[in-house]
Amino acid sequence: MIEIDISKHIKSYQGNNELMVKTSFEHGCISRISGPSGVGKTTLLRIIAGLITPEKGIIKVDNELWFDSNTNFSKRTQDRNVGFVFQDYALFPNMTVEKQLRYGSSDEVYISHLLAIGQMEMFRNSLPKMLSGGQQQRLAILRALSTKPRLLLMDEPFSALDHKLKSQLIANLKALFIEQQTTVLLVTHAQDELQESSVFSM
Amino acid sequence: MDLEPIWLSIKLAILTTIILLIIGIPIAYWLSRKNSIGRLIIEAFITMPLVLPPSVLGFYLLLAFSPNNSLGHWLHQHFDIQLVFSFEGLVVASLIYSLPFMISPIKSAFAQLPKSLAEASYTMGKSKTETFLHVQLPNIKASIFTAAVLTFAHTLGEFGVVLMIGGNIPGVTKVASIAIYDSVETMDYAAANDYALILFAITFTIVLAVFLFNRNAVKNPFE
Repeated sequence: MIEIDISKHIKSYQGNNELMVKTSFEHGCISRISGPSGVGKTTLLRIIAGLITPEKGIIKVDNELWFDSNTNFSKRTQDRNVGFVFQDYALFPNMTVEKQLRYGSSDEVYISHLLAIGQMEMFRNSLPKMLSGGQQQRLAILRALSTKPRLLLMDEPFSALDHKLKSQLIANLKALFIEQQTTVLLVTHAQDELQESSVFSM
Repeated sequence: MDLEPIWLSIKLAILTTIILLIIGIPIAYWLSRKNSIGRLIIEAFITMPLVLPPSVLGFYLLLAFSPNNSLGHWLHQHFDIQLVFSFEGLVVASLIYSLPFMISPIKSAFAQLPKSLAEASYTMGKSKTETFLHVQLPNIKASIFTAAVLTFAHTLGEFGVVLMIGGNIPGVTKVASIAIYDSVETMDYAAANDYALILFAITFTIVLAVFLFNRNAVKNPFE
């Protein structure tokens, strides 16, 4: 169970906003975060990952404290064991597909499994700049999974994939999530992605 | 023709470039992070040699290094180092004079790297040092190369500061640019021409190498 009760001041093109979130997400489930542009969906994911700090509040994951503004405590991003699929993919330009996955895992069997899930085996030795948009996006998802995170945060992760590829990938990902008991938080505008997930509207 | 000034210039340029690579990369990284007033003031100081007449910089360094003043006296007393009219003095002066040429391109490259690259690395459990070594540094290596080459070429062509600090001692501080000036003063145009041609050739080769190395880049590497 992820329990969140935070507030954060955000500046956007629409002016200054106060992001206030009080909710909880079930462990081992896929939850979809929806809401209009600029409302702070990405900010919420970044707060959960520890990449930005809210002004006030508390975050608990499976009863373990991740953030508490009262005691000025914030668990380091590195120690949170989260996977993050960035909207801009954030692929490392200097690493091939395989090296990006090896950066997160030394398990060769698991890396091969990930490459198969994303249908990326034949691009093993390609650099990101040699990949199409869809391939880059798949690599971003696989790389986030390479560390076997207990919590996966995905920011618009399927936006560059065609329908067929998306449904194949989602089916494979679901199997992996169940196997690893991954909790998934997904920011998306599309209604058809991971349909049986619960929806948190912002 | 006496080749010693040329070798001295190359030795000075290599030493300056290596030392500035070691101290310049961490400084550039620090400067590329969020701006504070303190950081801006330090950056302004580092940039000063770009705009200051070399003779002004040379004059202040001469005063600072002089054994009659506290810094020069302290160095002389405790380390037996004399920076005025010595090769060591030239190295220290070159480090200060060429600092912005090393820092500026590397700082811009760090600043232009998307923040999410480091963040992605942190979410994968990697420390700041691991992220710096495996993600940030390898992705700006073209800029580091450009900065090193600029520093080398700039040090090679140094004149004003070198003359103020080092004077014109053959084999110690008489570098190629000073040798050209010296030859012209004694009306030895043939020697001046030889030194000038060699400096021109070395510098042109270096600049060409940078363009070759960056030939696939969209931007002019010196911009």
